[in-house]
Amino acid sequence: MIIGQIIDGIVLDHITAGRGVDIYETLRLGELDCTVAMIFNADSVKMGRKDIIKIGTPIDIDLDVLGIIDPGITVNYISNGKVAKREHISLPATIRGILKCKNPRCITTIEQGLTQEFRLCDEENKVYRCVYCETKADTSSLK
Amino acid sequence: MRSVIDIMDLSVEEIDSLTETAESIIKDPAAFSDRCRGKKLATLFYEPSTRTRLSFEAAMYELGGQVIGFSEASNSSVAKGESVADTVRVVGCYADIIAMRHPKEGAPLVASRYSSVPVINAGDGGHNHPTQTLADLLTIKREKGGFDGLTVGLCGDLKFGRTVHSLISAMSRYKNVRFVMISPSELRIPDYVKINTLDKNRIPYTEVTDLESVIGELDVLYMTRVQKERFFNEADYIRLKDSYILTSEKLAGAKADLSVMHPLPRVNEISTDVDSDPRACYFKQVLYGKYMRMALILMLLGV
Repeated sequence: MIIGQIIDGIVLDHITAGRGVDIYETLRLGELDCTVAMIFNADSVKMGRKDIIKIGTPIDIDLDVLGIIDPGITVNYISNGKVAKREHISLPATIRGILKCKNPRCITTIEQGLTQEFRLCDEENKVYRCVYCETKADTSSLK
Repeated sequence: MRSVIDIMDLSVEEIDSLTETAESIIKDPAAFSDRCRGKKLATLFYEPSTRTRLSFEAAMYELGGQVIGFSEASNSSVAKGESVADTVRVVGCYADIIAMRHPKEGAPLVASRYSSVPVINAGDGGHNHPTQTLADLLTIKREKGGFDGLTVGLCGDLKFGRTVHSLISAMSRYKNVRFVMISPSELRIPDYVKINTLDKNRIPYTEVTDLESVIGELDVLYMTRVQKERFFNEADYIRLKDSYILTSEKLAGAKADLSVMHPLPRVNEISTDVDSDPRACYFKQVLYGKYMRMALILMLLGV
């Protein structure tokens, strides 16, 4: 299988096999008008099997969202056909402006202009809690 | 700018220092009666709480300071839709320190992020109530001589009871403390308190549904009210509110030096015949609360 080289764009590598579609949907890559290549179950020395997504244009990617869905992803920024920058994603310590607190008693339900903010409390179980009311975040909308 | 939103904002050393200051005030209140002269406390109470508000106001007056503020949201610009952030930015122009009670959880944290003066959380919904915990800690220290090695019984609404959660956090930093959680299954301590505080700090605890079977083991019995306002469903409230009532008969099986505590107000969870028992500490707890609030105001104002 041959997939063309990217000149300027992004390669999301080391995606856990099977999670590629979740990332494609969450990042709304289907709405882009550039080339997007999805590779499922690629051979990986480190992981056995992995998914890879190649995006044929530079875009802003929310690394926090990626970190929540699949910590361990590598983001390669490609410029002039070469890797210009590489970032290894991990679970973000805080998440701002992505999730919404479900607690009806939380100040975020009424305070104008207040950004939703969650803090990582349990890395092993990927538990985030609202910094204001400590209610557990529902991250299922990101999976 | 230093604020106190959660009891864990204070280190063990700071709590020790606050209790020492409070004990100095108890010994010689006249020595502190002028310490806040020229300073103003703003009590921003977005929901009624006469007890806590009066305690803060009495604390400031006894330090020689003055008090401004409101006692319910309908009397303030909040009724016009003003945000917490804007309110504290305005109040910071008038006052040197703010005590805030708010029905929404996290409101005092928001306030502290925008305020130019220290903010004390005077209770935010079912979340935190650090000055109640300071009152509880001074009561335990004075009644038991310290915190290490105590078996603390927590009884009643352990799910929504913010004072219980804060007390567990604060006590978990002392040595060989053990908790006995006594509640109906519907009002058990939340999992996150167990995981993040008890298990993380390897604090031993047991959960039971019957007060009488464990009362003899306890050094401290912390009773709580089953609060109507924390329920969405009135039928659930009516079914559970009388579950755990402390009476003189039940106290007969307790240690002679048990300390019975309650954050007040009580409804009927402690029978009035317990009031005359020397083990009842809940009215002393109120007084200690005022002294700890005085100590906290002094600390945050740096005077």
